[in-house]
Amino acid sequence: MLTQQYGLIGVFAVIAFIFPIVTLAFTWLIRPKRPNPLKNSTYECGIETVGDAWVQFRAQYYLFALIFVVFDLEAIFLFPFAVAFNKVGWFALFEAIIFVLMLFVGLIYAWKKNALEWQ
Amino acid sequence: MDLRAIGESFIAWLQGLGIPDGWVLFINWLVGSVLILGLALTLALALIWLERKLAGRIQDRLGPNRVGPYGLIQPIADALKLLTKEDITPAEADRITYNLAPIIAVFHVLMLFAVIPFADQVVGANINVGVLYLMAFGALGTMAMLMAGWASRNKYALLGGFRVVAQLLSYEIPIALVMMIPVLLVGSLNLNDIASGQGGLFGLGWFVWIMPAAFLLYFIAALAEGERAPFDLLEAESEIVAGYNIEYSAMKFAWFYLAFFLNTWILSAIATTLFLGGWQGPFVDKIPALGVVYFFAKTFFMFFLFAWVRATFPRLRIDQMMAFCWKVLVPMGLALLLGAAIIVKMGAEMSWPGYMTNVLLLVMNIVVLLVMLSLLGRYTRTLSETKNKRLFAPELPRL
Amino acid sequence: MVGQILFIIVAAITLLMALGTVVARNLFHAALFLVGVFFGIAVLFIMLEAEFLGAAQIIIYIGAIATLIVFAIMLSKNVMGKEAGAYNRQWYLAMGGVVFFFLLMGWLLIQMPFAQVSAEVPADAISQIGQGFVGHFVVPFEVASVLLLVALVGAIMLARERNS
Repeated sequence: MLTQQYGLIGVFAVIAFIFPIVTLAFTWLIRPKRPNPLKNSTYECGIETVGDAWVQFRAQYYLFALIFVVFDLEAIFLFPFAVAFNKVGWFALFEAIIFVLMLFVGLIYAWKKNALEWQ
Repeated sequence: MDLRAIGESFIAWLQGLGIPDGWVLFINWLVGSVLILGLALTLALALIWLERKLAGRIQDRLGPNRVGPYGLIQPIADALKLLTKEDITPAEADRITYNLAPIIAVFHVLMLFAVIPFADQVVGANINVGVLYLMAFGALGTMAMLMAGWASRNKYALLGGFRVVAQLLSYEIPIALVMMIPVLLVGSLNLNDIASGQGGLFGLGWFVWIMPAAFLLYFIAALAEGERAPFDLLEAESEIVAGYNIEYSAMKFAWFYLAFFLNTWILSAIATTLFLGGWQGPFVDKIPALGVVYFFAKTFFMFFLFAWVRATFPRLRIDQMMAFCWKVLVPMGLALLLGAAIIVKMGAEMSWPGYMTNVLLLVMNIVVLLVMLSLLGRYTRTLSETKNKRLFAPELPRL
Repeated sequence: MVGQILFIIVAAITLLMALGTVVARNLFHAALFLVGVFFGIAVLFIMLEAEFLGAAQIIIYIGAIATLIVFAIMLSKNVMGKEAGAYNRQWYLAMGGVVFFFLLMGWLLIQMPFAQVSAEVPADAISQIGQGFVGHFVVPFEVASVLLLVALVGAIMLARERNS
C-alpha cells in the first residue's frame, strides 16, 4: 500500500526534476547567444553598480527565522495530536492546551520585547 | 462512469499482455506522472490567460485579445517567444546555483500536484501524511527563492529573496494552525479522507460553514504564501524592481512565472479540499465522475477570488505585513484551534447531537472574528484620534 | 532487490552531498549541500515507511533549520560569498580526531546487535504517535514546550543584544 503510493511520488519526482532541465537544455539549443559585457552586467538602476551585492544583512531576519523555527516545531508536535484527537480523553486535551499556552506566553514575550516590530 | 475503474481496467489490460507485476506497477506510475505533469502544464497556460483577462475586465481593459479568439492563444504565443529568447546570465552570478533555482522552483510546485485528490480516490498518491507533504514541499519553494536571490548577485534580488523568506516563513505558521483544524475534525492527515469527511446534503458538511473564520484566515495567509497582492512585497516593482527574479530572462524567468501561477492554483485546491468539501457535491455518490467537475469548479472559484483581490487591493508595507501575521493571524489561529478542540471534545464527552457541536463551532468562529475585528477597529480609532488622523500608516500596537 | 538498489543510490547521493557540505569553499554552497543531505535523509525515512518523520524532516530541517543557517551566514560579517580555505594549520589534528572517531563508531556499529523488525508499520502510526505524545511520553512532550519557550526567549535576547 505504502510502497504503491510513494512509488508514484518517486517516479514523479524524477520526472518533475528532469522536465525543467530538458526544456532549459532545449532553449539553450535554439536561442540566440550574443552576450556582451554591457548586457551581462548586473541590472540595478541604470547607473553602474556600486559595491558587491553580498553584504552583511540585518539581525532582524535572523530573529524572525528563529521565532519561526520555534512555532514550526510546535505545529509539527501538534499535528499527530490533532490526528489522535478523537481517541484521547479530556486529560490529553488539557496537556495539549498547556503545550500551546506555553508557546503563547512566548509570543506575548516577543511582542512585549518589541521583537515582532520590523525596524 | 468511474475514473477509478479506468485506471483499474488499464492495469488489468497491462497484466493481460503478460507483463510482470513489478513492471505493471512501474508503467502505472509512469503514466500517472505524465498525466499529472500534462495537467499541470495545461493548467498553467489556462491560468495565465484567465488571470490576465480577469484583471483586464476588473480594471476596465480588454486584456489579451489579439492572438486567437478572445486572446486564447496568447499564453502559447508567450511560451514560444520565451523559448526562443536570448538568455542573459549576469557575469557576476554564481552559475550553478543561478541555474538550479528555477528548476527547484518548478519542481516543488509540480510535486504538490501529486497528492491533490481530484475526485474520490482519484489522486496521484493517496498518502497518510498529505497535509504535511504539502507543507514540506511548500517549504522547498522558499529555498528556491533564496537561491535565486543570492545567486543573481544583485542587491535588489538579494533583498527580494530575503523579504520573501521572511514573509513565507511568517505566514506558514497561521497556515499550519488553520490546516490543523480540518485535520482535528476528521482525525486524519490524508487529504482524501478530509474531503470525504465533509459529506452531507448539498454541501452542508463543508467545513467552511462551521469554521468560516478559519477559512478566512486560510485565505488571507494563502494570499501571502502565494506572494500575491496585497502581500506581493517581494516583487514590489516600485521598490525593489522585481525581487528575486530580476536577473532572470527567457525560459528561466518563464519557469518562475509558471511556478507562481501553479502555486496559486495549488493554494486554491488546498482551500477546496480542506474547507470546501473537495470533490463533494450533489449526486457525487451516484456518479463519481461529477467529483472532478465539482473539484475544478470550486478550485477555479477560489482562483477567481485570488485574482479579484490581486486586481483590487494596494500593497502593504513590510512592517505592517509582518505585524499583521504575528499580532493578528497567529493569535487568532491559536484561539480557533483551541476553541475547536475544546468544543469538539465537549461534544464527544457529553454525546451532543452532531448539529449542536457544529452550531457551537460556528458561534465560536463568529465570536473570535468579531473580537478580533472590534479590537482592530478600536485600536485604529484611538490611533486616528491621537496621531492626527495619520491613518495612512497604521501600526499594530506594541505591548 | 529493487529496494536495496534504491537504498544504495539514495545513500550514495546523501553521502556525496555530505561530502560536498564539508569540502565546499563557499559557505552558501555548503548550506545548499546540507539541504541535499536533509532531503536524502527524508527519502531514507520514507523508504523505512516512516512517513511522518520523512515529512517532519523536510519541514523542520529544510524549511526552518537550513533557512536559519543561510540567515546566519548572511548575518556574519564578510562571510557571504567569500571563498574560504578548507584547511588551516591544525587540519591534521582534526583529521586524526575524525579518523579515530570514525573507527570507533564503525567498531561499535559492527558490534551492535541490531534488532530485525519484520512487522508491518501500522496504518494508524501517526495517530499512535499523537496518543504517545499525550499518553506515555507526556513529560517529554511538555518539557519540549518549555524548551521551545526557552529557545524563543534566548533568541530574542541574543538578537536584541546584536541590535543595540
